Amino acid sequence: MEEQFPQEYGPKWSDQRVERMLGVLVCGVVGLLLALIVTVFVRAWPSFSHNGLAWFGPGGNVDDQLNAIFLSGQNGLEYVYTFHGWPLIWSTILITGGAVLISLFCALFVAVFIVEFAPEWMSNVLQPVIRFLASVPSVIYGLIGVVVLVPFIGNHLVTEPQKASVAGVISLTGYSLMAATLVLTVMIAPLMVSIFSDGLRAVKPGWLEGSLALGVNRWRTTWKIGVRSARPAIVAGTVLATARAIGEAVMLAMISGSVGFAPNPADGLIFIYEPSRPLAPTIVKNIDQLSSPPANATLFAIAAVLLFSAATFSITGYFARRAMQKYGTA
Amino acid sequence: MLLLKGGNKEDKGAVEGTATWALTDRIGLAICWGLGLLFCAIAVAIVVYLLVQGIKFLRPEMLWTPAAAGFSEGETGGFSDALFGTLIVAVMGISLALPTGIAIAVWLVECGRPAPLARLTEMTIEAIAGIPSIVLALFGTVIFSSTALGFLSRSSEGVVFGRSFFAAGTMLSLVALPLIVASVREGLNSIPRHVREASYAVGKTKAATTRRILLPTCRPQVATGAMLGLGRIIGDTAIIVVLLGATQNFAPVEGVGFPMNYLRGAGTTLTNFVYEASPTGNLNQPQKAYAAAFVLLLMVLALNAAVDVVHRRARKVGTWSH
Repeated sequence: MEEQFPQEYGPKWSDQRVERMLGVLVCGVVGLLLALIVTVFVRAWPSFSHNGLAWFGPGGNVDDQLNAIFLSGQNGLEYVYTFHGWPLIWSTILITGGAVLISLFCALFVAVFIVEFAPEWMSNVLQPVIRFLASVPSVIYGLIGVVVLVPFIGNHLVTEPQKASVAGVISLTGYSLMAATLVLTVMIAPLMVSIFSDGLRAVKPGWLEGSLALGVNRWRTTWKIGVRSARPAIVAGTVLATARAIGEAVMLAMISGSVGFAPNPADGLIFIYEPSRPLAPTIVKNIDQLSSPPANATLFAIAAVLLFSAATFSITGYFARRAMQKYGTA
Repeated sequence: MLLLKGGNKEDKGAVEGTATWALTDRIGLAICWGLGLLFCAIAVAIVVYLLVQGIKFLRPEMLWTPAAAGFSEGETGGFSDALFGTLIVAVMGISLALPTGIAIAVWLVECGRPAPLARLTEMTIEAIAGIPSIVLALFGTVIFSSTALGFLSRSSEGVVFGRSFFAAGTMLSLVALPLIVASVREGLNSIPRHVREASYAVGKTKAATTRRILLPTCRPQVATGAMLGLGRIIGDTAIIVVLLGATQNFAPVEGVGFPMNYLRGAGTTLTNFVYEASPTGNLNQPQKAYAAAFVLLLMVLALNAAVDVVHRRARKVGTWSH
């Protein structure tokens, strides 16, 4: 051992050298991220510059537009870039928003339950269950959604008069907002539960004990003191889960219905049975069009929107968690 | 918190019962129980459903028969290529992500200078964790279609195909990276200062301390990070669909030596197979999809169990009790 020492940790492995090598690696990873951001936005630029803000607005049928864009690049005609992405964006907002709201409610109760109220055997069961649900691949959720939930909604929840009422516009088969939102909820809630319960565990016991000593019961103490002091964790968990939900592509490609259609809440409750297609699955579904330059630009523009929103959410989550460290609750 | 939980058996009597609570509080507690049981029920339902379907449709020969073209599900072979594809991708992804992740975590905890770079790195890792994998996949098509990287995939007449196990494995390593960094950092941070100081005091360099003392000590966290990353890698579909080529069989590159011809060629994994074989996919063979999904779920369950074992063993040994 002693003889090897100078050779192994001599000038070749001196601290300065090792630190510099690690530093170069770290800079490489940072550079890779910058390259990714720059590449995606440069590739997306033609689509944005041709459409301006109308890119985000409604107008026409998105699927027809995507098709025309693809064909114009394929046939050597003048490139067409016209794209109005509102139905896709609206579908993303509805599905992500719905799933985040439902799972925020569920995850908060489950986290409180695990940390404060569950008997020991129950929290010993619940924690592995949550970890398992977080690790199931999205394609398995998609498969179960397709073969169980979608037929159930299509055959039992949607009534014949409802199907007939929108027959000219869209067909209600069970591939719907509702199916997509429910499965997405199950996918992102475990992530929230784990971050929430970390936050709740880190609340200073003295604060809770103070409240209990004043005669406030355990339930109210937990909600008024515990949950309120764990607010940064709740913000962080919600925001990170939102980023995950926005980027979910494969599961939604399988069960959202894959139609460029904007479900309209003004139609009444029937809109939750209507199919749609969020942004991320649009890329998956049209991935074989990458060879056509204008289609390539359009898909990268969609990716740029996803990248921007997901990065915004995860950076917000990062700062929320830093705030958590500052207040000593993490 | 110990006080609330009634840390040991004798304390149980001291914990307040729910009898005196207001009705709303008791309803709230009931919602807690309901949702907790609901989550358990969902997990059990997923496992049992796939178990039943898997036992019904999984034939052992599927594991060593490659997929084939055919009209009925009896003629289309199995998914051996997908199974091997998953293993290849897992090994490639983790062998890239693990050293990189450990190095970044070591740099962040042990060096971390200049401070702005450290903060930037933390944000980078956080951002990589948040980037949708479909965006990573699109970025991959740009990098690996460049002529400079043509040797990593199939190329003909100067046009680089850009879809190969190398491309998919590299991008998947980015998916696993944040999990590994977070886990190793947590491990390094939990080692008290005096351990490092003791090592410096006997004349070891920082590099030697890290390699001989710190990293061996946080081996459980390294293992946990690696397994979480592995789970994410084998579960990812978007990158595979985009970067591994739309095929159900290995497509080795001609005129190249043995391991490289497969690694540079297109292929498939279990996730991609399930996606394509599901009723919405191009193959539409639900029975095969159940069988492949069952195999995939077994892998995920095994990884989960392994993480549990590592955790329990680490807790039993108790790394640093002050």
